[in-house]
Amino acid sequence: MKFTQSFRLAIKSLFTSKMRSLLTMLGIIIGVGAVIVILSLGNGLSGMVQQQVDKLGVNTIMTYTWGQGDGSTMDLDPRQMYDLVAEHPDVLSGVSPYVSFKPALRCGNEKFDKTSLYGVSEVMFNNHTKGTIDGGEKLAQGRFISYLDVQRRTPVCVIGAYLAQEAFNGDALGKTLSINGQAYTVIGVLEQIRGSMEKGGPDDQLYIPYENALELMGSRYVTLYLFTSTSGETAAAAREVIDSMLLEYFNGDYNAFYTQTMAEQASMINAMMGVAMAVLVAIAAISLLVGGIGIMNIMLVSVTERTREIGIRKSLGAKRRDIRRQFIIEAGTTSAIGGLLGIGFGCLLATGLGSIFGGMLSQQMGGATFSAAPTLGAVAVSFGVSVGIGVLFGYLPANKAAKLNPIDALRYE
Amino acid sequence: MTVEHLIELKDVFKIYQMGEETVHALDGVDLTIDQGEFVAIVGSSGSGKSTAMNIIGCLDVPTSGSYHLGGVDVSTMDDDQQAEIRNKMLGFIFQQYNLIPKLSVLENVELPLLYGGVPPEERRERAVRSLERVGLADKQKNLPSQLSGGQQQRVSIARALAGDPSVILADEPTGALDSKTGREVLGFLKKLNREGDTVVLITHDNSIAVKADRIVRLQDGKIIYDGDARDPRAVVQPGEAEGEEEAAL
Repeated sequence: MKFTQSFRLAIKSLFTSKMRSLLTMLGIIIGVGAVIVILSLGNGLSGMVQQQVDKLGVNTIMTYTWGQGDGSTMDLDPRQMYDLVAEHPDVLSGVSPYVSFKPALRCGNEKFDKTSLYGVSEVMFNNHTKGTIDGGEKLAQGRFISYLDVQRRTPVCVIGAYLAQEAFNGDALGKTLSINGQAYTVIGVLEQIRGSMEKGGPDDQLYIPYENALELMGSRYVTLYLFTSTSGETAAAAREVIDSMLLEYFNGDYNAFYTQTMAEQASMINAMMGVAMAVLVAIAAISLLVGGIGIMNIMLVSVTERTREIGIRKSLGAKRRDIRRQFIIEAGTTSAIGGLLGIGFGCLLATGLGSIFGGMLSQQMGGATFSAAPTLGAVAVSFGVSVGIGVLFGYLPANKAAKLNPIDALRYE
Repeated sequence: MTVEHLIELKDVFKIYQMGEETVHALDGVDLTIDQGEFVAIVGSSGSGKSTAMNIIGCLDVPTSGSYHLGGVDVSTMDDDQQAEIRNKMLGFIFQQYNLIPKLSVLENVELPLLYGGVPPEERRERAVRSLERVGLADKQKNLPSQLSGGQQQRVSIARALAGDPSVILADEPTGALDSKTGREVLGFLKKLNREGDTVVLITHDNSIAVKADRIVRLQDGKIIYDGDARDPRAVVQPGEAEGEEEAAL
C-alpha cells in the first residue's frame, strides 16, 4: 500500500522531469548496456568455439613430443605411434604425424616460396565430418591422401585454394608440382578458407604423405601427432593411453611431451575468454558506480526540493522509516528503469555488433555462425544490480530526508 | 475523561539559544483545554504562539515542564513516537493549506490514514466521507492546483478530519484567504466544534480569535489572558502588530 503509492509517485516524478531523469539514468544505462554487450559477445564467441569443436569432432587428441633436450625424440619413430593405435583399438582409432616446413616449390617456371607444406597420414582427413581433423578444412575437388599413398610413399599432394588458383588457374587435378625438385601429382584441392586469398595465407598450403615429407626434410623428427579416439567419450581414456606410453618412453619425464584433447582445448579457450570477459565487465562496472553516484546526487537535490512535502508528511504522522522508504523506492525505481533501458540498449547493440563481428569471424572460423545474445541470467543479474545500486546510493539521501525536523521542513520555502 | 484534561501543559518552558541571546519562547506556561472546547491562542509575532502550537501539535518538545495529551505524557517522546501521536490524535490545518501538489485531492486526504496503517478500502471510504463533510466529494480526482484557495483549505480540513483526531489544530487557517472565504472556513470550524470536535485556533488576528469560545492571549512567552472570548479584556492588547506575519519563533 505505502509501497505502491511510493512506486507510483516515483514513476510520476520521473515522467514529469524527463530530461533530468534520463541524465540521471545515463550512467546506469551505459553501464548495464556495456555489461550486456560484453556478455553477449562473449557468449557468441564461446558458442563459436563450441561449434568449431563439434565440427572437428571431439575425438581429436594433439600430442606434442619435444623430448628431454638430448635428442631422444629422434628415436621415437612414427611407427611406435601406429603400434600404439593397433594395441588399443578400443580407444584409439588412428594417428597422423604432423610435420611442416616451407619447401622449395615450383610450378613450371613459377616459384612459390611462402607456401606451407604439411606431412600427414590418411587419418588427417575425417570421413565423418569430411574435413581435416585439425581445422575442419573440406575438399573442393578430388580426394585426400589415402592409406596406400602413405604406405607406398606415392608422390601425391592435396593443395590449398590459393595454389590451385595461382599455379593452375583453378584447374589443378592431375597436374604436377615440383617440391624440392621432385614431381608431385595434385589429387585434391581444398575449399577456400578465407574470404580473400593471399600469399603465405592459410590457403597457400599443401598436404603430402608424411613419410615423403620426412624424406624431403631429411629427418625422422616428428614433434606433433594428431590422434583420433574411437569417440568423444573415449577421448579422455585415449589420452591416458598415450600419456602412459610416452611417460614410459621418456622415463617419467612429464615435461618431455604434452597431450591435449579438443574438449580440453575448448575449455581452456573458454576459461581464457572468461577471464578476459570478467576484466571487461569489471571496467563496465565502473560506469555503474558513476551512475550510482549520479543517482545519489539527484536524490539529494530532490530531498532539498521536497523539504516542504517531507514536512507535511511528517506532520501527518509519517515516521522516519516511511520517509526513508519513499526515497529509497524512488532511487530504486530510477535505477531500475535505467537498468531496463540499458538492457534494451545493450541487446540492440549486441545484435548489431554481433552481425558485424559474426560475418568477419565466421570466415576465419570456417563458417561457424556467431549469435550474440545475452543469457537470461545475465539480464536478470544486470537488472538486480541496477536496482541494488539505486537502493544503495539512495540510502544516504533518503536517510537525510527521514531525519529532517518537521518544523523546519514545514517552514521551508 | 473524568478529571483529566485533553490538553494539559504544566509550567512549560521553551528556551532557544540564538547566538549570544537566550530567547524564552515559552516562559512558564500552564494551560488546560478540555474535550469539545473551541480555543483561540492569540498573540502578536514573537509572543510564542507558534512555539505553543508546535508543542501542542507534538512537532516539538518543551525544554522543561510537562505536556499531557489525552492523559499521556508526550513531552519526552522521540521523533517516531511523536509522529504516531500526531497521526492518531492531531489534525493540522495550515495557513498555506500544505497539500501535496502531485497527489489528487483524495490521495491527500488519505495520507494520514496511509501512515496510520489503515487498509486501502477503509482508507478510501473514510477519505471520501471526510470530503463529503467539507462538501468536496465531487473534486476527489482533481489535483489541488485545480481548486480555489478556499476549496484547498477545505481539502486540508478534510485531511485533518480523516484520521478522526482528538484535537484539530488550525494555524492561521484564514491567513491566505480573502475575508469572505475566511469567514466560511471559520464557520466551518465552528460547525465542527458544535459537532463535538475540539478545535484549537492559532492566530494573531483578534477579529478571528473572537469567533472562538475561549481566548488564550500570549505575550513574551507568558499567558496574559485566559478566559471567555466575549469578555472585552480578551481583545485589549497594547502594541499589537495587526496583520503582521509571524516571525521565526
